[in-house]
Amino acid sequence: MWRGVFVHADGATMTQQQKKTVFEPWDEPNEQPIIQFKNVTKRFGSFTAIEDLTLDIYRKEFFALLGPSGCGKTTLMRMLAGFETPTEGSILLDNKDIAAVPPNKRAVNMMFQSYALFPHLTVFENIAFGLRRSNMPKADIPGRVEEMLRLTQLMPFAKRKPHQISGGQRQRVALARSLAKAPKLLLLDEPLGALDKKLRNDTQFELMDIQEKTGTTFVIVTHDQEEAMTVASRVAVMDQGRIVQVSTPDRIYESPNSVYVADFIGDINLIKGKAYHVAGEQSEIHWAEGQAPILATSATPCPDGADVTFAIRPEKVAISAERPEDMANAVSGKILDIAYLGNISTYHVELPSGDIVKAQATNTRRVARRRFTWEDEVWLSWTDTAGLILTT
Amino acid sequence: MNQGRFSWFNATSLTLGFAFLYLPMLILIIYSFNESRLVTVWAGFSTKWYGELLQNEAFLDAAWVTLKVGLWSSTLATILGTMAAYAMVRMGRFTGRGLFSGMIYAPLVMPEVITGLALLLFFIAIGLDRGVVTIALAHTTFSMCYVSVVVTSRLVTFDKSLEEAALDLGCTPFDAFRSVTLPIIMPAVVSGWLLAFTLSLDDLVIASFTSGPSSTTLPIKIFSAVRLGVSPEINALSTIMIGIVTVGVISASLLSRRRSLRHKEDEQKALRQ
Repeated sequence: MWRGVFVHADGATMTQQQKKTVFEPWDEPNEQPIIQFKNVTKRFGSFTAIEDLTLDIYRKEFFALLGPSGCGKTTLMRMLAGFETPTEGSILLDNKDIAAVPPNKRAVNMMFQSYALFPHLTVFENIAFGLRRSNMPKADIPGRVEEMLRLTQLMPFAKRKPHQISGGQRQRVALARSLAKAPKLLLLDEPLGALDKKLRNDTQFELMDIQEKTGTTFVIVTHDQEEAMTVASRVAVMDQGRIVQVSTPDRIYESPNSVYVADFIGDINLIKGKAYHVAGEQSEIHWAEGQAPILATSATPCPDGADVTFAIRPEKVAISAERPEDMANAVSGKILDIAYLGNISTYHVELPSGDIVKAQATNTRRVARRRFTWEDEVWLSWTDTAGLILTT
Repeated sequence: MNQGRFSWFNATSLTLGFAFLYLPMLILIIYSFNESRLVTVWAGFSTKWYGELLQNEAFLDAAWVTLKVGLWSSTLATILGTMAAYAMVRMGRFTGRGLFSGMIYAPLVMPEVITGLALLLFFIAIGLDRGVVTIALAHTTFSMCYVSVVVTSRLVTFDKSLEEAALDLGCTPFDAFRSVTLPIIMPAVVSGWLLAFTLSLDDLVIASFTSGPSSTTLPIKIFSAVRLGVSPEINALSTIMIGIVTVGVISASLLSRRRSLRHKEDEQKALRQ
């Protein structure tokens, strides 16, 4: 499941996805990246938007730039489109420096956050707009537009103007228009930001489908981590003009390289403490007076007494009434709060030290019959491999 | 909308306001249908002055000159004003930008007499014979800033990503302006043109500085005719001008209202689907 933990796979898509497991060009030493950022820095006056950034993106990837607003992800995308030029460093597309190439000469198209549909043109003319300015013979244009309309299921709306269709349809027109010229690279700037939640989820799968059918390299900018995890082959997490981690969605989620990434992606418990090496890959984390140390594993052991953060996802913490026998770690506490989400519940448990640890459990019983309620004394437990030791 | 209650105070204010604005014109219109040659004495209804107006070569010539000047100057002012507005909005920050934008708007507050005099001296200096061309050029200079004000206010709310999308899809900057920006800001450009045209029809001061013996505009003609005494012909002519302006304004506002209503309906229809 290289596409990440949010994919609901039935049997058929499962086999499809197992086939995709071979798609890992970033691990192939002979693979030529389609996009190369080489020590790129971008400054606006005294503000540094991108700082010394190096990144490779490969053909047919669905690459996500993820980060909070102001982290530089949009600037990075606008440099690819040609609306901004790097202050330092170079950007290569197919091994050619594209710094001097204006936007209208790049084999790169962009889908804008506001969709930027031309309000005075029909859906058909919007999609044909780029083709009429390419070297495609005039006679071939209607055919190509119809192909795009079919791909995005917009056939019945070809003659309408943008204000005569719904938000979801506008989004698809924008996609069709940016794909019509068959660009080497398609940039998507928060493409689903304006859609409501349900439509957004459906559209994410449509996007993945279209990306596969057309074989285009997609680079998507988003601040929605769930969206990035769902659609992307790899995710780059950005913070203040730098890339903190680039990896597949499952690795970003399961083994974040820093507290920043761990905290940004999904829900996580962070416990500060000092690490002491025990044996092999095992270390102990001393985190509070009078509490048993946490036993955890780490591939790269850190020096004794180093300040570390122990990170563990709420779904990896088990909750029980009795102290479990066979778990490496167990702490007791009192339930402070319960967030009921329908399929799962998140229990906020206060430990004697005052720390609050979140534990998630599937609601296998109806809510009236659940085992724990507010103020209950419970045990939280996890194995020694469930969590992570983070040093930065 | 707020369903206010009827109040005598508001009714009186409204009546006084409208009377102040339109009573003089109403009297002018009524007297244009006067039978008598004496303007201030009512002697029964007649349309004979309209007939005589059509026989008056001098007035017809002046009307033709005014129309030519209006069409030329407003078209030229629209082109230049739109270009100036586009440059000011799109060029971003550069040193002296404040000075430049101030200089575009300065003619708005410059006394007309001074603008007229300056233009007269300029035309004499470059040896240009005064006539239709000089009036048109003079009108272009002052109405251009009005056009640029109208177009600027539209451009600042214009979604810049539309232009970027055009560039992204292969347009040169000029092609993007021609095929995307211009069609979208067209309503503002058209109203700028109408404004420039009306200003040109109106103008007396600058036109009298820059007109030559063979080219008199209607306002100059009316003004000089009135100095010899108001004739009912002038009343008839003025009534026709009021009529043209009224029809123009009402049809323009009806058209724009119909368009925005239809736009709203379309949007609601799209939402229901």
